[in-house]
Amino acid sequence: MFKRTSELNNNTVTVNIEGEDFQVPVGETVAATVLVHNLGYTRTSPISGAPRAPLCMMGVCFECLMEIDGLPNIQACQVQVAEGMKIRRQQGVGGEDG
Amino acid sequence: MGDSYQLVIIGAGPGGLCAATTAANLGLDVTVLDEQPSPGGQIYRGISNTPDDRLALLGADYQHGADLVEAFSASKANYWPQTNVWSLNSRRQIGILRHGQASIIQAERVIVASGAMERPVPFLGWTLPGVMYAGAAQILLKTAGVVPANGTVIAGTGPLPLLVAWQYLRAGVSVKAVLEFSPRSNLWRAAPHLPKALVAGDYISRGLKYTLDLNKGGVPIYYGISGLQAQGHDRIEAVEYGWDTLGSSRRETIVTNSLLVHFGVIPRINLTKSAGCHHIWDRGQQCWRPQVDKWGNTNVPGIAVVGDSAGIGGARSAEHSGRLAALEVARSLHTIDTQQRDLQGQEDLKWIGKDLRVRPFLEALYRLPDSLLVPPDDKTLVCRCEEISAGQIRQAVREGHADPDRVKFYLRCGMGPCQGRQCAPAVAQIVAAENLRPVSDYTTFRVRPPIRPLSIAQLANLGRAEE
Repeated sequence: MFKRTSELNNNTVTVNIEGEDFQVPVGETVAATVLVHNLGYTRTSPISGAPRAPLCMMGVCFECLMEIDGLPNIQACQVQVAEGMKIRRQQGVGGEDG
Repeated sequence: MGDSYQLVIIGAGPGGLCAATTAANLGLDVTVLDEQPSPGGQIYRGISNTPDDRLALLGADYQHGADLVEAFSASKANYWPQTNVWSLNSRRQIGILRHGQASIIQAERVIVASGAMERPVPFLGWTLPGVMYAGAAQILLKTAGVVPANGTVIAGTGPLPLLVAWQYLRAGVSVKAVLEFSPRSNLWRAAPHLPKALVAGDYISRGLKYTLDLNKGGVPIYYGISGLQAQGHDRIEAVEYGWDTLGSSRRETIVTNSLLVHFGVIPRINLTKSAGCHHIWDRGQQCWRPQVDKWGNTNVPGIAVVGDSAGIGGARSAEHSGRLAALEVARSLHTIDTQQRDLQGQEDLKWIGKDLRVRPFLEALYRLPDSLLVPPDDKTLVCRCEEISAGQIRQAVREGHADPDRVKFYLRCGMGPCQGRQCAPAVAQIVAAENLRPVSDYTTFRVRPPIRPLSIAQLANLGRAEE
């Protein structure tokens, strides 16, 4: 569980996380946003189904793969939030087969 | 083939920024490819957009990054943010992904400045949500002011756990404990290197300051810790560890929903491996690194490596090695002559020599024991992506799959989305230990392009981009 050290100012966008709308700061990565909104896990392992969450925050571990605006396998730590962005956990390999 | 460029620099940390600024100011045509949205690399990540209160909290070292970015922005170097590199070959063709479009560009000269990553050390429970690298947590603090909400435990080795704990103390985050995993005997091995280390700058005094501040702030630091385990079902609930005192060992548990781990950093070698650069095992740093001369040249003509991606030297050394490589590129392109290169590089060579004097001390003090490099428990997941355990890898070696690549083909270990980045070092260590050979006898997995996942659609559109 994570929190922001400063209050939100006016410089925010609205994103939708698993069906719920949130105001979040401009410039934040999707990974930071979902950690603050206590999503618990961001994807499940395609092998065992075990929950996984961001580990490296710099694009080398691929644990933060999420479905962003309908596209699977997006590294949430490498993408910044944008107005109207739809963020979902990735189940297994994601997409239609997920 | 796509467009051609004179000098392409991969990465915009201190090494890449200084290489780019130097080369551009010498009149070279420079293009910097950066995965991140803004320059600074991981060490100075988000430096251009950090609010003043957070800058103060992060300390003077971090603020230094702003000067590098300013000089870079004032130069004529082209900056391509959010550009992923998925291939580099010995002919200096670079596969990139930019604005969702894959293409291949040709470079006359390449400087790789892709930096370091936190050393993956597999332990029981390390895949549980709530377990994160301490450097990753620091990136959250730098870029978003995001910190653990209900306190945390910081475990590992090296200066970074201390620094993160110190920054959290200043930010009002509860640090339940700092668990230091370097064996106590390291102190004796490090001591002879101390006089030289003291010449290197204020590294040692800063470490002492962090430790004293943490003591004053009531953050407990426990030394001589071993046997790390994260416990929990769907997320971490507690951390368990062993504590050896005077021959007796006992297990301790701390209830926490956040565990930050850090066991030093290692060069990111996927790019240089795929380009065919020669790599060697560095005994002091306990990792593989590309072999380079003092100008950053590799065995592959036209490809140089600088900063931590050439071997861990830290952010300040990276600046100097970046400048040296830029001077050498300018020399090789006849923009300056050898004499000018040597003259302009004189100061940088001197600074690097001085700055690196702290390394033998740090490497000895924070040397990892075999019990961390070779996961002792068979149940430990080594390959997180394909969920391959240490026991399965040992079994494969015993069945005759006697090197890392054969283990990979047999078990799919290292074939998931991270392409071995998180398991390669541990797999090589396990293979070497099972074969009773030194790890330097082996190399990590062969790396083939694309070195990061590309969608079929992106690959299919590659041709169109070239038309």
